[in-house]
Amino acid sequence: MDFLRPASWEEALAAKAEHPTAVPIAGGTDVMVEINFDHRRPEYLMDLNRIGDLSEWEVGEDSVRLGASVPYSQIMESLRAELPGLALASHTVASPQIRNRGGVGGNLGTASPAGDAHPALLAAGAEVEAESVRGTRLIPIDEFYQGVKRNALAPDELIRAVHIKKADGPQQFSKVGTRNAMVIAVCAFGLALHPQTRTVRTGIGSAAPTPIRARAAEEFLNAALEEGGFWDNGKIITPSVARQFADLCSAACNPIDDVRGTASYRRHAVGVMARRTLTWTWESYRGTAARTEGVA
Amino acid sequence: MRVSFTVNGRPQEADDVWEGESLLYVLRERLGLPGSKNACEQGECGSCTVRLDGVPVCSCLVAAGQVEGREVVTVEGLADYAKQRSCGDSCGTSLDEAKGWQAEGTDSQTGEGTELSPIQQAFIDAGAVQCGFCTPGLLVAADEMLERNPNPTDADIREALSGNLCRCTGYEKIMDAVRLAAARQGEAV
Ligand SMILES: Cc1cc2nc3c(=O)[nH]c(=O)nc-3n(C[C@H](O)[C@H](O)[C@H](O)COP(=O)(O)OP(=O)(O)OC[C@H]3O[C@@H](n4cnc5c(N)ncnc54)[C@H](O)[C@@H]3O)c2cc1C
Ligand code: FES
Ligand code: FES
Repeated sequence: MDFLRPASWEEALAAKAEHPTAVPIAGGTDVMVEINFDHRRPEYLMDLNRIGDLSEWEVGEDSVRLGASVPYSQIMESLRAELPGLALASHTVASPQIRNRGGVGGNLGTASPAGDAHPALLAAGAEVEAESVRGTRLIPIDEFYQGVKRNALAPDELIRAVHIKKADGPQQFSKVGTRNAMVIAVCAFGLALHPQTRTVRTGIGSAAPTPIRARAAEEFLNAALEEGGFWDNGKIITPSVARQFADLCSAACNPIDDVRGTASYRRHAVGVMARRTLTWTWESYRGTAARTEGVA
Repeated sequence: MRVSFTVNGRPQEADDVWEGESLLYVLRERLGLPGSKNACEQGECGSCTVRLDGVPVCSCLVAAGQVEGREVVTVEGLADYAKQRSCGDSCGTSLDEAKGWQAEGTDSQTGEGTELSPIQQAFIDAGAVQCGFCTPGLLVAADEMLERNPNPTDADIREALSGNLCRCTGYEKIMDAVRLAAARQGEAV
């Protein structure tokens, strides 16, 4: 094994072009487990910790450009207002020690269907900034996940950053597990209201071969909210609408039975989380809407 | 490969390090610092917790090559670390003191004959140590929390220690120990 220590992003891209099999290591919270247990013996290990740019973020007009190595603890501390869904999801990852090291770049690199960042990214709307010596491209998050632990990166590409839409409304994240810490999701659900475009987006984790959106559920809810004038009148969402939305979210799943839970439990739990997160976010939207009206 | 970094304030070099080796392995097997424990090697138990540039991490998940040029504090250096923190720059550590991790107790009684950090003393006083395997990781994690948050609520303590497993104590005495250390810290100020 060779240990590559690029001191800059350009050096890292050059090294990855020269050795496409090199395994990047950021927080190491996935890579080191595999090495410690002899599941992986890469020819080259490439340390990304020396590249300071990867641990920085920029808050722009519409989106946050989040460096690939920004640790979860930093997201929780500094980006709660801009990225509430991702901050909530980050808080459910493992433990403080793991959150101090692991980040979204590694979560995307591993592309596990159980990765907690994914439902939040899908719901908020995001693009992955992938770069190689050949150039830079932005991969829409919906196209990034290609199969169980497979992503859209080419062998010579690295993730520079993730561009995540800044929240324009309430967001929620919910996760089912056996305790509050150190738990891989049995299944997880992210939901974001986007009042500016009058749309709702979802993200489902651990209930299909890849993280997915519940598109039919989103379309149904968008239409129902529009028809009922809900965005303007701020009324409570009709229980039958919430139920139908939950059922469609369950239907979007394609889960398996495994040690953490059965397929039918996952389908059920996703429906429950869909209804709850919709209620929580909508209550919060109504609260804000009422306050704005009160002031006006 | 060779890895050079600072451990408990002293420059260290480890040679013939395998590229896939963890920081935990280097500390225990190459530098003779067995305080950080190896229980799971997969980030689940926290018994290998150290500070890397001040940040608590699982040393079993840090590749040795990643610590080149960086600073690590292990449980062996905790007493010095806490002492320096409490008196700022005013009391420098002498070379002998810096080597303090070697100065083990002169008798078999826990904690006697060697200087302890307040959190270590509190663990002893509260009876928070049974087999002791989880203790080093808990000490490092708890000490860091008290540094950040001198008046923690019980929820803060539970959250800060949620990455550390203990199979013996049932955690209640550990909670007592951290509360005790926080109270003593408050009195001292
Ligand atoms: C005890 C424990 C508990 C965990 N619990 C959770 C949990 O609750 N939820 C959860 O989602 N995850 C969990 N994980 C998994 C892990 O912490 C996350 O996936 C984390 O986001 C990985 O980030 P990292 O920086 O440590 O990645 P690394 O281990 O450094 O890398 C992971 C993968 O991404 C690749 N990679 C890293 N950076 C880049 C880049 N810039 N460009 C291209 N590829 C890159 C690596 O080559 C590797 O394939 C847990 C892990 C452990 C050990
Ligand atoms: S040995 Fe590192 S967390 Fe268990
Ligand atoms: S005292 Fe034995 S594991 Fe905690």
